[in-house]
Amino acid sequence: MKLTREDVQRVATLARLRLTPQEETSLTAQLDSILLYMDKLNELDTAQVEPFTHAVDLVNAFREDLVTNRPNTEALLANAPEKDATFFKVPKIIE
Amino acid sequence: MNLHALTLHEAAEKLRKHEFSSQELTDSVFHRITQTDDKIHAYLTLCRDAALNQAKKADQRLRQGNNPPPLLGVPIAIKDNFLTCDIQTTCASKILGRFIPPYDATTIKKLRADGAVFIGKTNLDEFAMGSSAENSAFFPTCNPWNIERVPGGSSGGSAAAVAADQCLAALGTDTGGSIRQPAACCGIVGLKPTYGRVSRYGIIAFASSMDQVGPMTKDVEDCALLLEAVAGYDSADSTSVNRPVPHYTDAFTGNIKGLRLGIPKEYFVSGMQPEIDRAVRDAIRLLEANGARIEEITLPHTEYAIAVYYIVATAEASSNLSRYDGMRYGHRAPAADLIETYMRSREEGFGPEVKRRIILGTYVLSAGYYDAYYLKAQRARRLIKKDFDDAFHGCDAIVTPTAPTTAFKIGEKTQDPLQMYLSDIYTISVNLAGLPALSLPCGFDATGLPIGLQIIGQPFDEATILRVAYAYEQSTPWHKEKPGL
Repeated sequence: MKLTREDVQRVATLARLRLTPQEETSLTAQLDSILLYMDKLNELDTAQVEPFTHAVDLVNAFREDLVTNRPNTEALLANAPEKDATFFKVPKIIE
Repeated sequence: MNLHALTLHEAAEKLRKHEFSSQELTDSVFHRITQTDDKIHAYLTLCRDAALNQAKKADQRLRQGNNPPPLLGVPIAIKDNFLTCDIQTTCASKILGRFIPPYDATTIKKLRADGAVFIGKTNLDEFAMGSSAENSAFFPTCNPWNIERVPGGSSGGSAAAVAADQCLAALGTDTGGSIRQPAACCGIVGLKPTYGRVSRYGIIAFASSMDQVGPMTKDVEDCALLLEAVAGYDSADSTSVNRPVPHYTDAFTGNIKGLRLGIPKEYFVSGMQPEIDRAVRDAIRLLEANGARIEEITLPHTEYAIAVYYIVATAEASSNLSRYDGMRYGHRAPAADLIETYMRSREEGFGPEVKRRIILGTYVLSAGYYDAYYLKAQRARRLIKKDFDDAFHGCDAIVTPTAPTTAFKIGEKTQDPLQMYLSDIYTISVNLAGLPALSLPCGFDATGLPIGLQIIGQPFDEATILRVAYAYEQSTPWHKEKPGL
């Protein structure tokens, strides 16, 4: 076993994702076989290989810190699950 | 004349000659959708009124002349992971609720400026995660060649819409094969550009180091025209590359004499459907007969690509998808406190494959596993890129199959995620290495399902792969075949 049910529960909490007991069971089995497949990478000696991060050589893209989009409060709030006047309404964050 | 059956370049030419109007063309496309989409289910959203309005404006511009852009007045379908101002965008997920974007993706803005007509938003695997379009939270899309089969994925709706003449061309995105594999399954042309060639701004992010926008079209010339229309530098995408965009059709001489085409031996292995092996070898012989030099090459780390991809892509996805928290937009579940709100909103909003990838991606990035999985995969990814760098010393482009099988049956692979992941075996190395590649039709299997040929190019050398594809297309009949709907 590469992965236990407790691993799945721990990771689900990290990912802020509630899983049903059935999902925990099936995900544990599926991810276990997927991780087993990924063990294939251990055949490779990569000690001297630099990790690859970008497909294309790029330098930092700097620009002036200018506002280019005019804030449109109405448009930005139009998709809000809950709002109050010109504010997003969210559950209480600080007790 | 069935206007919807025209290619983009044919329609563009006839619109300029005023043989018909963009409004007539757009009407014909909507008529075709009405006739066929209850079988295909390619579209999540149709924008008939807005489209007819765009067509009307296009007709005014066409009357003025002034060398109009090729896209002016042409009906285009858009995968539903592009932000489209005032048009609902779902990403085939319930987590976005009734999200209506307040702005356009850069590629959409460019097409709007050219006067393209937006027919609607096409179905996909939720968050572009899948190879069959079955992971849509709404409904699966069917393959126009056989409605019991998948259209491929994740850009399955766009591929099916193009194949069924429900648009003249479409936009898709490709993170591990999501343009090329559905293009192969549906018998159309699809191109994933070099990473950085096309802006990702306004594309709903899946795996940011690999996502690219590309054209899905009825033939190679259309592919070149649509690529040219969307490509180019964008200051809003920090990984966009500032290089001039060529006139790709200039390379369409039909002449490929002396061009060196590499055939990687690792791509012709057991497990591939024998008819695909035959069709691709026939295509290689034809290219050779047209003057190309065929070179056997080796990409020795090919067998590691799927493991690398599903570590890197899920890691990036788990991070990108953390933004869906039910606070500022999208689905919010009622719950007792803040943490419960996050947990429940995400539980209700995401489908099974997305949950699977979030858990896997979070796991490979978590303390104690980061080095063993994520870092290991990033190191192996460099070896895969180096394979291509080495191979391109001996060839100008690489020719392979696009997918190991033709379109499989709906439901055939949904219970076995690893089997589904293996559908991408020939396409994902290209994303890991950031290269351009296209798929075009190269035949049919015994049951009449299309087969795709993949041509992989060097970075920013879309012109060469389009040139090879055009030369092949000119000497074959496949792209003229239509599904009997």
